[in-house]
Amino acid sequence: MRVDIDDLTVEIAGARLVEEVSLQVGSGQLVGLVGPNGSGKSTLLRCVYRALKPSAGVVRIGGDDLHALTVREGARRLAALPQEAATEFDFTVAEVVAMGRLPHQRSAARTTDEDRQVCERALARVGASHLADRGILTLSGGEKQRVLIARALAQRPQVLVLDEPTNHLDIAQQLEVLSLVRDSGLTALTSLHDLNLAAVHCDLLYVIQHGRIVGSGAPHDVLTAELLADVFGVRAHRVPHPESGAVQLLFDRLTAARPSSKESR
Amino acid sequence: MAPPRAREAVVPSPARTEPGTGTEPGTGPSTGPSTGTGPSTGAGPAPPRRLPLPPLIAALCLALVASLVCGAGLGASGLSWGEVLRHLWAGLSGGVISPDEVAAYTIVWELRFPRALLAAVVGAGLSAVGVAIQAMVRNALADPFTLGISSGAAIGANAVLIFGALGALGVWALSAAAFASALCAMILVYAVARTAQGLTPLRLVLTGTAMYYGFSAISTLMVFMAERGEAARSAMMWLLGSLAGATWASVPIAAGAVLAALGYLAVSARRLNALAMGDETAAALGVDAGRLRKELFLLAAAVTGAVVAVSGAIGFVGLMVPHAARMLVGADHRRVMAVAPLAGAVLLIWVDIASRTILAPTELPVGVLTAVIGVPCFLLLMRRRGYSFGGGA
Repeated sequence: MRVDIDDLTVEIAGARLVEEVSLQVGSGQLVGLVGPNGSGKSTLLRCVYRALKPSAGVVRIGGDDLHALTVREGARRLAALPQEAATEFDFTVAEVVAMGRLPHQRSAARTTDEDRQVCERALARVGASHLADRGILTLSGGEKQRVLIARALAQRPQVLVLDEPTNHLDIAQQLEVLSLVRDSGLTALTSLHDLNLAAVHCDLLYVIQHGRIVGSGAPHDVLTAELLADVFGVRAHRVPHPESGAVQLLFDRLTAARPSSKESR
Repeated sequence: MAPPRAREAVVPSPARTEPGTGTEPGTGPSTGPSTGTGPSTGAGPAPPRRLPLPPLIAALCLALVASLVCGAGLGASGLSWGEVLRHLWAGLSGGVISPDEVAAYTIVWELRFPRALLAAVVGAGLSAVGVAIQAMVRNALADPFTLGISSGAAIGANAVLIFGALGALGVWALSAAAFASALCAMILVYAVARTAQGLTPLRLVLTGTAMYYGFSAISTLMVFMAERGEAARSAMMWLLGSLAGATWASVPIAAGAVLAALGYLAVSARRLNALAMGDETAAALGVDAGRLRKELFLLAAAVTGAVVAVSGAIGFVGLMVPHAARMLVGADHRRVMAVAPLAGAVLLIWVDIASRTILAPTELPVGVLTAVIGVPCFLLLMRRRGYSFGGGA
């Protein structure tokens, strides 16, 4: 199921956080959204998983206007891993995954065998079945992220939206999260900070700066030295990955002549 | 008058150290920082923290029935259990009693039993609302007082008790005034806390708490200005909570409000789970967090108003019973909502029994006894079981 974002604009308290963004995610593609902090990545993604209503523009999912669907209907097609402070409530892993069934359940209905099977399979798919009875608060960052992916899978969605899913994870966990997303076969849209990870894992990249898309295409075509200098304020050298040939970036140390104090990685 | 409880720490702890949310870059060896109390990553299975639900609920239901009977039976008049049960049965079945038993029947059926019933309703209502509010604002220290509603109700009650307002309404004056001023307080808190983004947890807690102090100050001033000592005393009694005014007439409205709320919360339990995970996650799970929070606010205000109108400002129950329930059955609101109201009902029946028997014929304020009985139970439970609402222990 494809996702098409057309001319999406978000204006909050007079500030235009996202301006006329258009973006396409083809069925089964993994599309990355990169850009400096504060460029509007999260704001854009929040519109896609319905935490925010855009001021203008349309998000289409499988051709239907997402915001014309009920929140529940939307959640049956699209699941998300928001970038959010984890809960303080001590739910078990099994309980957290079971929440993924919420959009499919009538409020007073009991949990069905099917619900339970879907949750067990989701947990097994991310290799976290052994964690089922653990408290979510006791998990490591990588384990928690796997559990949240299981919750998203339990939603049985066709589209997955992830907001910086690799934050605060060690390198093995980062690779694991992205390959889980890849292996799910779902249409996926994710924001990422690590450009080298994005270059290797994503089919397409969109670069966002000051709320506007300033570049898009295959990683090899998008991640040019000019764009990196322009958007992130860093000097980078492109090298091919020795095995896969994918574009990888090496960054120079910042010099005193750096124009602004723009944050970068 | 001192506020019922210390409330200096209602703001969510800024020192959360959840992995994945901290501001420090590059955290996380592969085992990750653990914020809970459970075994560290890779250790054996979690300790058996959760009691099986059906036996627990059966036990609580039995305890509730037994407590109601005890509530009707225990007291200063020295009735035998046989008499108590016979009068209860007569009351329930509309049976016949002999004329010389009218006094005993009145004590059991007209005074003690509605009082025990009301205690159960109030305990269940405060506990359920506590669960709802803690999920709504995602704050471990939130309770029915946090929204400022009960202290608002106190103003109306004081106006009646001290200044004789609404005299025309007779016995209904106190309840009507308390409920009306609770509603006014609610509208005020809602109007101030609301933003373009809807009701946000922190704003709701801060507004409610600020209002709580404002309303309490007004109540205190009213007590202070009261000329008649007895009026000030009964106002004080009301502020600390009392079921002494319970009659059959006060049961239906409170019971109706509480039962309706329990029904709503029972079918909303899954949505409460999603809300407890955060507004963004709730949205991703198909729950409109803003709308749900609004519904919960209205529900909390209505139930708190209805309950406080008949029982005064009883603290502790709405704060601690939800935590105790979570310690017993875990955080899933479907389980918590099954256990907390029953536990709250049983607790408050016994608190009320204690309040009228310990120093009989003097009645102790219920609010004092909820603390005296509840605090040790709660601390014991917390020490014995790993509990990590709030991310630490």
